Amino acid sequence: MTLVEKAPSSATDVVECDVAVVGGGPAGIAAAARAAESGAGTLLIDQGVHPGGQVWRHRNEADLPHVARRWIERLGRSGARVMTQSAVTDATPDGLLRVVRGRAGMSVRAGTVVIATGARELFIPYPGWTLPGAMGIGGGQAMLKGGLDVRGRRAVVAGSGPLILPVAAAMARSGALLQGVLEQASVGRLASFGTSLLRHPSKLIDGARYRSAFACTAYRTGSWIVRAEGDGRVERVVMTDGKRSWSRECDLLCCSYGLVPNVDLASLLGCVIDDGRVVVDDWQRTSVARILAAGEPTGIGGELAALTEGQIAGLVAAGRNPAGEAALTRGRSSWLRFSGQLATSFALRDELRHLAQADTIVCRCEDVPRSRLDPSWTARQAKLYTRTGMGPCQGAVCGAACHFLFGWPADRVRPPLGAPEVAAVAGSAIATDAGHPSESRA
Amino acid sequence: MSPSRQPDVLVAGAGVVGAGCAFALAREGLRVCLIDGGFVGGGSTASAMGHLVVMDDSEAELRLTAYSRHLWSELAKEMPADCEAEQRGTLWVAATDAEMAAARTKRDRYQSHGIAAEVVDEQLLMSMEPMLRRGLAGALHVSDDSVLYPPAAARHLADRARALGAELRENCTVERIDGRSVYVRERGGSTAVLSAGAVVNAAGIDAPLLTPGLPIVPRKGQLLITDRYPDFCNHQVVELGYLESAHTLGGPSVAFNVQPRATGQLLVGSSRELVGRDPEVNRELLGTMLQRAIHYMPQLASLVVTRSWTGFRPATPDALPLIGRWEGVDGLWIAAGHEGLGITLAPATAALIVDGILGRASAVDPTPFAPGRAMPNSHVPAAV
Amino acid sequence: MTNAEVEIVVDGRRVVVPAGTILAAALANEGVQAFRTSVTGQPRAPICGMGSCFECRVTVDGRPHQRSCLVPCEHGMVVDTASGGGA
Ligand SMILES: Cc1cc2nc3c(=O)[nH]c(=O)nc-3n(C[C@H](O)[C@H](O)[C@H](O)COP(=O)(O)OP(=O)(O)OC[C@H]3O[C@@H](n4cnc5c(N)ncnc54)[C@H](O)[C@@H]3O)c2cc1C
Ligand SMILES: Cc1cc2nc3c(=O)[nH]c(=O)nc-3n(C[C@H](O)[C@H](O)[C@H](O)COP(=O)(O)OP(=O)(O)OC[C@H]3O[C@@H](n4cnc5c(N)ncnc54)[C@H](O)[C@@H]3O)c2cc1C
Ligand code: FES
Repeated sequence: MTLVEKAPSSATDVVECDVAVVGGGPAGIAAAARAAESGAGTLLIDQGVHPGGQVWRHRNEADLPHVARRWIERLGRSGARVMTQSAVTDATPDGLLRVVRGRAGMSVRAGTVVIATGARELFIPYPGWTLPGAMGIGGGQAMLKGGLDVRGRRAVVAGSGPLILPVAAAMARSGALLQGVLEQASVGRLASFGTSLLRHPSKLIDGARYRSAFACTAYRTGSWIVRAEGDGRVERVVMTDGKRSWSRECDLLCCSYGLVPNVDLASLLGCVIDDGRVVVDDWQRTSVARILAAGEPTGIGGELAALTEGQIAGLVAAGRNPAGEAALTRGRSSWLRFSGQLATSFALRDELRHLAQADTIVCRCEDVPRSRLDPSWTARQAKLYTRTGMGPCQGAVCGAACHFLFGWPADRVRPPLGAPEVAAVAGSAIATDAGHPSESRA
Repeated sequence: MSPSRQPDVLVAGAGVVGAGCAFALAREGLRVCLIDGGFVGGGSTASAMGHLVVMDDSEAELRLTAYSRHLWSELAKEMPADCEAEQRGTLWVAATDAEMAAARTKRDRYQSHGIAAEVVDEQLLMSMEPMLRRGLAGALHVSDDSVLYPPAAARHLADRARALGAELRENCTVERIDGRSVYVRERGGSTAVLSAGAVVNAAGIDAPLLTPGLPIVPRKGQLLITDRYPDFCNHQVVELGYLESAHTLGGPSVAFNVQPRATGQLLVGSSRELVGRDPEVNRELLGTMLQRAIHYMPQLASLVVTRSWTGFRPATPDALPLIGRWEGVDGLWIAAGHEGLGITLAPATAALIVDGILGRASAVDPTPFAPGRAMPNSHVPAAV
Repeated sequence: MTNAEVEIVVDGRRVVVPAGTILAAALANEGVQAFRTSVTGQPRAPICGMGSCFECRVTVDGRPHQRSCLVPCEHGMVVDTASGGGA
């Protein structure tokens, strides 16, 4: 793998490639590797320090599971070029991408673009969720992988979805004292998920292994966080199973409710998005010519689904027919079913809509409390009248929350994505060099 | 919705102009029905900078903007904090000696109309706005200009109208105005015919759809907002060359225009182009606009961007709004076509409409704004 | 300090962390509670760890609004947080 170390020296430099893959998680890695192996000049662009995305985030390749190491090595051999710590901040359907690396902006022109931008977490507001010490489940995991020291810290992992077990296990292994592991879905729902896991045995083994890592802490289903309390940080959390409530001293609270596809880039490009997911055909093609999507943007299916979709997208982007690889096409339909199961099993209970009190902050960037939001509005009204979703996160957190609370579909995405500096949007190379355009106006 | 008595006046369009009219009419004790196909302040008003500014391209514009700014300062006394009203003042930056001469002329004209305006030299300018680049000639400081947050201000005006008994119907599209009868369609699909003593067309860029023949075209503008940098800049800072770009309906143009928001964010503008109603951000023009801004304020380059967007100014060929009776259709009044000054001009527009409907004299001569006036034989393309 | 470590300055204090540590984690380990102050004055800290929530913003080498969860610690980096009255 060729690491592209330096951004081009001037804004007018354009990197050309046949295939640009945006996002270096499992989907993006698989897409880039397969496209490059098929002979396409391929560029993988990722925001992280190393390719890996959320699930394969690492500081040390030795810490990675076998499948991850295998794919990262394969990417290395494939001839794909990799740009890390680089964010795609804008894109147009003609395949022109605006990329910001550090403080420098540059352009990439691609014949085909593969969107593999992964997912973020769904946060549902509850009293106290803004206190330092409260974070997401994936957030906790990312912080742990980034070097967070949790030894001796009292932790609760709660919310919903298959991330709870691995993250609780990782916390326990790293020395956190687990005070509770809570899943809001009921046992009955989960049983149906268990049944579907039988068709995917590797997932089941994972579950058992994780459970053994914190054997002495109960994994409670049908239970959720009611509120967090504390003076300037989380000190205590109150939980319930709907009948009974209890509280625990706690200083690290990981709570989120599954994943939300990152479709910002796809929507900037004008791809059709339905129910929060990029619409693709069997070949991962979006509604826009030469724009493909793979992995979580097309629906939450997990790492193996992402690998399958990524491979298909990589082949198609390189001009190959994926139908030749029966394992991939079969895998794709089986993961589609799995993803449907996931959604049903972890369906969110209505009680979660009523956790936020009148004074609970819903939009964290702009500190907008629940009481200022009128459920009869649209997201755009909430934004214009109260600034909800207008802050730096552009609704990444509150947009999904409001969708859950009030049913509001997301508001329009506008460039730039990912908060670059003005100079990068202006198209000048480096901030401090900028500022002497010709006197004549356009 | 409870069946209401026939309103005295029906206002079509609840942008800042329509909401302003509704409030001014309700304050006179008239029964008002304010209708919008979307929601209050969701049209051009939602995308505007909210610079309340006296402009002097023509005598008529100077009188109307000055009057309107005064009316806003009265209204501001009761505006809640979310309208973000602040008296920032405008600094018209002169880059060259020629522009400095233009600044002096502008000052004299302002002062002769009782508008506070002072020329500042480079040194004073640098102390007022340290982030401006060195080597500028100076500026004209208009201290009583101010800024507000347009959609919240429109909402506030609509709320005040409602508090006085006006009826607000959102998600209700006016399909046709036929004299004093107005055909509407609710979001759900149901239709109705409403009638009123008078109808005001305040539908912004869509006004010609309801009143064919109105010479209004959408003139696209782009803005960009940064994260919060309180104290980076204190005034609305605009290049004097802006006047040139703003008032010729030619090809695309950009001008340096930066506004500090009450939030500490910086709003950076502006551009103008005639491209129909394509809402996409024109990346190239945005780049040119930002380079121009960086040229005047180099440190802007390193600020973190939160969002860019586009909006449409309802432009007319002679750069003056269309305010008054529409000859030929009984009971129909027009309040539209304010181009880049609709936020500024909303209260004055409302005052002229109220005066017209009540048959009284206005504080400002309304003739230059008569919707049926002769227009320059313009090259304005038909609305797309 | 070894080769596998880097030294950064957090709210004026020198801190040695393992190379490769993500700044947000380093700050939390250092006991920083308030990474930033919200618009109504509340203390805030990271929640997503992946660049999307913007709660982990701090001032890095004089530049405000940098997402510390995206920044690997580098030798000599000077960081100001709300806990130190900085961001
Ligand atoms: C926070 C989090 C934690 C997770 N933890 C686990 C886990 O422990 N176990 C598990 O099985 N699954 C986990 N998942 C689910 C996992 O992400 C998916 O199952 C799988 O990784 C999907 O792969 P992907 O390639 O679609 O997305 P991801 O792995 O999320 O990769 C997306 C990549 O795209 C990059 N990116 C996004 N937007 C841009 C842009 N505009 N420009 C440049 N780069 C961009 C991101 O930085 C990221 O590297 C987690 C997901 C999240 C969001
Ligand atoms: C980038 C930009 C910056 C600007 N900056 C400034 C500034 O700093 N200062 C300033 O003074 N001005 C500024 N303006 C100009 C200002 O935005 C407009 O002049 C002003 O908003 C026009 O207000 P309006 O009420 O006429 O139109 P709108 O706000 O568009 O309101 C019209 C309303 O009518 C409704 N409507 C349309 N058709 C129908 C129908 N058939 N039935 C029912 N309802 C209908 C629409 O939904 C809309 O809500 C700016 C404009 C732009 C684009
Ligand atoms: S923790 Fe969310 S952006 Fe850094």
